[in-house]
Amino acid sequence: MADMDRSAALQQQVHNAINAGTALNIRGSNSKHFLGRVADGEVLSLSEHRGMIEYDPRELVLTARAGTPLAEIESALAEASQMLTFEPPHFGEYATLGGTIACGLSGPRRPYAGAARDAVLGCKLINGKGELLSFGGQVMKNVAGYDVSRLMVGAYGTLGVLLEISLKVLPRPASSLTVIHECPQTEAINQMSHLLSQPVPVDAACYHSGHCTIRLAGSEQAVRHAQKQLGGEALEKSAPFWLALREHQLSFFKSSKPLYRVLVKPATPSLPIAGSWLLDWGGAQRWLVSDEPVAVIRDSVAAAGGHVSQFRASAQDEEVFQPLSAALLTIHQRLKNSFDPHRIFNPGRMYSGL
Amino acid sequence: MTAVKTAINLHAHAQEALLKGLLSLLPASLVLTDPEDLRPFECDGLSVYRRLPLVVVLPETIAQVQAVMRLCHKLQVPVVARGAGTGLSGGALPSSDGVLLSLAKFKSILNIDPQNAQATVQPGVRNLAISEAAAVHGMYYAPDPSSQIACTIGGNVAENSGGVHCLKYGLTVHNILMLKVVTMEGELLTIGAETLDAPGYDLLALMTGSEGMLGIIVEVTVKLLARPERAQVVLAAFDDVVKAGEAVGAIIAAGIIPAGLEMMDKLAIQAAEDFAHAGYPRDAEAILLCELDGTNAEVSEYIMAVRKVLTQSGATEVRTAVDEAERQLFWKGRKSAFPAVGRISPDYYCMDGTIPRHHLPRVLRQISQWSVEYGLPVANVFHAGDGNLHPLILFDANKPGELARTEEFGRRILQLCVEVGGTITGEHGVGMEKIDQMCIQFQSGELSQFHEVKAAFDPSGLLNPGKAVPTLHRCAELGAMHVHHGQLPHPELDRF
Repeated sequence: MADMDRSAALQQQVHNAINAGTALNIRGSNSKHFLGRVADGEVLSLSEHRGMIEYDPRELVLTARAGTPLAEIESALAEASQMLTFEPPHFGEYATLGGTIACGLSGPRRPYAGAARDAVLGCKLINGKGELLSFGGQVMKNVAGYDVSRLMVGAYGTLGVLLEISLKVLPRPASSLTVIHECPQTEAINQMSHLLSQPVPVDAACYHSGHCTIRLAGSEQAVRHAQKQLGGEALEKSAPFWLALREHQLSFFKSSKPLYRVLVKPATPSLPIAGSWLLDWGGAQRWLVSDEPVAVIRDSVAAAGGHVSQFRASAQDEEVFQPLSAALLTIHQRLKNSFDPHRIFNPGRMYSGL
Repeated sequence: MTAVKTAINLHAHAQEALLKGLLSLLPASLVLTDPEDLRPFECDGLSVYRRLPLVVVLPETIAQVQAVMRLCHKLQVPVVARGAGTGLSGGALPSSDGVLLSLAKFKSILNIDPQNAQATVQPGVRNLAISEAAAVHGMYYAPDPSSQIACTIGGNVAENSGGVHCLKYGLTVHNILMLKVVTMEGELLTIGAETLDAPGYDLLALMTGSEGMLGIIVEVTVKLLARPERAQVVLAAFDDVVKAGEAVGAIIAAGIIPAGLEMMDKLAIQAAEDFAHAGYPRDAEAILLCELDGTNAEVSEYIMAVRKVLTQSGATEVRTAVDEAERQLFWKGRKSAFPAVGRISPDYYCMDGTIPRHHLPRVLRQISQWSVEYGLPVANVFHAGDGNLHPLILFDANKPGELARTEEFGRRILQLCVEVGGTITGEHGVGMEKIDQMCIQFQSGELSQFHEVKAAFDPSGLLNPGKAVPTLHRCAELGAMHVHHGQLPHPELDRF
């Protein structure tokens, strides 16, 4: 597909929707349709609005249209030995940059190199009044105006239609190595948490089926030195493992039971919820496959100071994300009104009232 | 006449109600009204803007902050929050008809949690104090603005402060997890979470850098990082500023992200050298300071690589600090560049634009051309790694017209930053100072959206009024200014 700027046509579609009072269902490649709640509405397709606009490896900044396939961006970065720091999951062959940012998903490197929102420097968007607006920019440091670009990350398209996004990118580490050892879950949690206060170049850590798997990245010498420090066995050809973890292709994720994403402080001990667990992000993001009632899971996670979302929910018409406090919900509703006063963008995709 | 008189009486009445109300909420020692006591609060680090508040309050608890806010909301009194007052854009300039709420009493470190790599502190805790408290665990808080000895974490969040290590470790927004915030209505909100993500919109990003316009920060949970095993700094001298700029790109192209990458031009080098005796080469046109951190082996490897790149880029001299003392000395020169320039000129005006790095030669050339044109010397200090430029315009406020020329020069620099795709402020904030430049950076659509964002948090518009985001009316008048050149609008506003 050719690169194309469809901003004007998209803006026209938004104006039409405002005039007709029709809700719009913003869509890239639809790879993340299973996330969030069901949002009805006329499809507003971003898939033709694509193409990299600017990428100079020396500036460490990349700007692309929202419909640009993530794979295309990643291969351009790889050619310059650079990468997206947040290692985003694709969840589909044609996953787009816009969808990735709107859903705010980050992969295994997230605790050590930042989340999707941390990489965002600026964006162009259409708000719910049909205005084309530009926030942030293409520079690392910018404190002019409120940080609306990052507000868009993880807002599930409920505040605006993302048109262009600028991201900070980084060089790929010169060297990477994965070590694996067998241990009980408690020991893995302790180890992964302990490493946070150690000057060891960890860039991913997970615990799955009795094995603690730690990825080291940095200069060749640094990685080799850290391997000696940590011990454990080096995992040959580790890339497929991290890819399968990121893309939910490990057998753990193939269950037909509901999948929950549980966020806790990394040192939190194992939670007393029946089901099977996979710990990513050094213990800070825990995947749970469970038949327990949602309310039981929520209470138990809340008691541990965490929060939970239904990642692959059985019912997408209920609330799937952690409910917000009344005071926060009020602010959310006011923000929604300010960006999308006619409530045309993905209404209800994130929370029923937004 | 009668109408005006009534208004004044009402005003006096409201003032009385406010003071009475505040004294019923706080011990008298925490409510300041004597002009002598108000004086220290009349300005922040940008002292050309001064204004006495009606009253200063120094609450000690969150409940007191909430009560003060409820009272002010009820009486429709503006509130300006203040940390250590080290800000450089007039963001903490008081409202003359309002309350200045100081967070100076909120100085406790509540929890250091190395297992979860986080610390919870009150907003009045100094930036450096967090790293000092975490040091026993081998950890630290990464953002390090030059004022880190004095500036507080609450103010850092409000300004999204940076420092010399941003390229690798990010700004404040990348290094905090959770905030407790009191709204203008007195409601206590928890924004973000102790976990890596929080449910809902990213209000944490919105609050960070919001310059006290959205809420009063009363507690901050920051991320802690493991202190690198080793940090080492390389100093390179150049006979040409452009070559130094190109060397920066070459280091990054070699796949190395330095912990800090700073540049100074000749005037800044000489001023810093006279002040700090850092051992800088006084005859160089530019120097680069490149700090590398990581494990011992990694740093050795990177130093070799960086030295090679610097030499290939035409450096006339490349020096690695021989020990920790010399490393500290190299940095001391850089970190004292502002006071050093302050010694060689009666006054200086610090700019804070950010540009895409490849435009550096063009921007520096233009600045030096204008410097000649305006007859005002400029010392350039540059966070080269992330494109954040701090030209310091040297002037003498006592010479008639020099102030106005300096201001105009500064405006043109910021305009140029926007033209090349950059921004009017990289880390100092808009505050009072750059409110007019916001009209250059943004169109009316974005500005309206900003006002609506503010209204979502502060519908009454009483928090830090008149700062950070200009009204559309103001921008329209400013547009008119370019037509009637020379005639400044808004004579009622403090200017310098």
